[in-house]
Amino acid sequence: MSATNSDRPRKKLVQVQHLKQYFNPGKPNEVKAIDDISFDIYEGETFGLVGESGSGKSTTGRSIIRLYNPTSGKILFDGQDISRIKHRDMLEFRREMQMIFQDPYASLNPRMKVKDIIAEGLDVHHLVKNDQERDARVNELLNLVGLSRDHATRYPHEFSGGQRQRIGIARALAVQPRFIIADEPISALDVSIQAQVVNLLREIQQEQNLTYLFIAHDLSMVKYISDRIAVMHNGRLMELAAADEVYNHPLHPYTKSLLSAVPRPDPMYERSRHRTDYDDSIEFDNHPRTLQEIVPGHFVFAAADELADYQATAEKYLHEASALGKSPLNA
Amino acid sequence: MSEQADKLELTPDSFKRVGANDTDAQEKISAPSLTFFQDAIRRLKQNKAAIISFWLLAIIILISIVSIWWTPSDPNAQHVAYANLPPKIGNGIPGFTGQANVGGQLVDKYAQANVPKGTYYILGTDYLGRDLFSRLMKGIALSLLIGMLATLFDLMIGVPYGIISGWRGGHTDTIMQRIIEIISSIPNLVVVILMLLLFTPGLGSIVVAMGITGWITMARLIRAETLTLKTQEYVLAARTIGESPFKIATKHLIPNLSSTIIIQTMFSIPTAIFFEAFLSFIGIGIPAPNASLGTLLSDGQKTFRFLPYQMWYPAAAISIIMIAFNLLADGLRDAFDPKTNN
Repeated sequence: MSATNSDRPRKKLVQVQHLKQYFNPGKPNEVKAIDDISFDIYEGETFGLVGESGSGKSTTGRSIIRLYNPTSGKILFDGQDISRIKHRDMLEFRREMQMIFQDPYASLNPRMKVKDIIAEGLDVHHLVKNDQERDARVNELLNLVGLSRDHATRYPHEFSGGQRQRIGIARALAVQPRFIIADEPISALDVSIQAQVVNLLREIQQEQNLTYLFIAHDLSMVKYISDRIAVMHNGRLMELAAADEVYNHPLHPYTKSLLSAVPRPDPMYERSRHRTDYDDSIEFDNHPRTLQEIVPGHFVFAAADELADYQATAEKYLHEASALGKSPLNA
Repeated sequence: MSEQADKLELTPDSFKRVGANDTDAQEKISAPSLTFFQDAIRRLKQNKAAIISFWLLAIIILISIVSIWWTPSDPNAQHVAYANLPPKIGNGIPGFTGQANVGGQLVDKYAQANVPKGTYYILGTDYLGRDLFSRLMKGIALSLLIGMLATLFDLMIGVPYGIISGWRGGHTDTIMQRIIEIISSIPNLVVVILMLLLFTPGLGSIVVAMGITGWITMARLIRAETLTLKTQEYVLAARTIGESPFKIATKHLIPNLSSTIIIQTMFSIPTAIFFEAFLSFIGIGIPAPNASLGTLLSDGQKTFRFLPYQMWYPAAAISIIMIAFNLLADGLRDAFDPKTNN
C-alpha cells in the first residue's frame, strides 16, 4: 500500500498544515487540544488517527469539518483553505465533507423520524424535487446500509446501537460526500456489531470511491480498515506511516506502548504479555521536535539527535524482515 | 457411548434452523411505533392525581368559556334590595337553603328581602346584591385569561431569548445574562406600581407588568437546556450538513425543549393567576366593577365573620385551580422526563 504512495504522486484531498487548536487561549484554563500538527490525506485512502482519550483526535476531525475555527494553521480541502470559504460556498463544502459520530445514541435527534433524519441533508441542499423522490432516495439509502424501508417511519429510540450507527452512516451518505470523517464510529458498539459497521464502511468506500478519516483508539480495528495511520498524543502526531509499518515496525516509544496494550485472543500470549509503559517526560527535554521521515513514508516525531537511534531501529527491522525473506513494506 | 453414536446419524438435514432466516426479518421491529408524545401521554395516564387535575381544569376552563356568552344573571347588575343573600338552591340542600343565622336563630333571608318565589342565587349575593355565582364564573375566566396572556409573554420572550443566549454563547450570552439579572433584581410589585403610573389599572397593565418580569425563569431554563443540547452530536450533525441556525433551532432545539417549555408553562399559569389575585386583593389590580378571583376574595374578606360564603367559594375556586395546575405540571414533568422522577 505504501509502495503505491511513493510510486506515483496521488492527489491530496485534505492537507492539514501546522494546525493549532487551543481552547480558551490566553486564559488560565487554556487547553492545547492540538499543538501544531501537519498531515495529508490522499484521495481514496483511509487515513487512521489513533491515540488515547484526550489526545486531540476528535478535535482534529471537528476542526477539519469546521465545527471549530482553528487557532492557527491551515486546512486545505481540495486545495481550498476551508477557513476562507465564503458564506455562499459554505453549503457546497458542507455537502462534500460529512461526519459519522461516535455515540449512536446521541447523534440522532430523538424527536425526528428516521426518514427525516436521513433526508435532512437532501432538504438542506435541495437534492430532491418532491416527496416521492425524497422517499425513494431515503429507501435507497436505507437499503444501502442494510435496513429495510419499514424503518423509515420509526423513531431512533426503537433501534439498536448498530442500527442507529447505520442510520448515521446513511445520513452522511445522503448528500453524496467525497470525504467522510468517522469519529470513533465503532467505539460505542458491541464487538460483534463493530465488524458489521466497519465492513459496511469499507464496502461503501469501494462503491463510491470515498476518502475516510477514521478516528479510533482501537489499534487493531484501525489497522484493519486504514491505509495509513497517524498516532496522536497530547495534541501532537507521534508517528505517521503505512498501516502495516506502524503495526509491525513501530519506531516511536509511544506507538510501541500503544501496541503493547492491544489484547490478543491468545491465552498463552496474554499470560506472558509485557506492557511497555510510555514515559512522556522524554518529550519535555526542550529539544525542538518535528515529524522526521526515517524511512520513506514513515515519519516520527523526533529531535535531531534522536534520528540516528530511530534509523538504527528501522535498519534492524529491515534486517529481520529480509532474514525472513520478506519485503518490509509488504509484511 | 459409541453404540449411541452409531445409532445416531447426524447430517446437515437433521438440523432445523430456528429463528429468523433473512436479514430483513432480523432487523424487523415488532413493537408498535410510539412518538415521544404518545409515550409521555401513556405515562401521564398512569398518574391519577394528574389526570383528575386535568379533568378538573378542563371543566373549569369550559365554565369560563361558557361565561363569555352566558351567566345565570348579569354579574355587574346591582339589586341593593337583595344584598347579602345566602346561597340557595331550591331543593333544600344543607348550606344552600337561603337561611342565615341571625342572633342564634335561623332566618330565611329570601323571605325577608321579598325575593319572588323561584328566584335563587346559587352562591348568594354580595353587598350590592350582585349574583356571586355569575361573578365567580366571570372572575375565573378573567383570572385564567390573565394567566394565559402572561404565559404567552413567557413563551414569546423567554424561549427565543434563552435559545439565542445559549446558542450564541460568549459575549452575547454574558450580556444577555447580565440584562436578565438586572431585570430580575427589580421586585414584581415595584414594576406593577410603576406601570400603574403610566397606564390605567386593569387587565392590560397587569399583563404587561407580569410579561416584563415573568419570562426570566423560562429564559434561564431554556438557556441551560440549550447549552447542553448544542453540544449533542445530532446538533453537530445538523451543523455539518449545513443546516442554518434558525432551522436548527426550529427542527432540533425546540422539539427537544418542548417538555421544559410545557412544564414551565404549566407552572407559570398558576403563578400569574396568584399574582393577579394578590394585586386585586390589595386594590391595585382589576378595577371595579369587574370581577376577578382577587377582587372577589377582597370583597368577601370584609364580611367574612358574618357572611363567610362570600369568601369561601372564590377561595375554594382559586385553591382548586392552583392545586390542579401544580399537580398536572408535576405529572407532566414526570411523564416527559422519567429520569427526574425520584
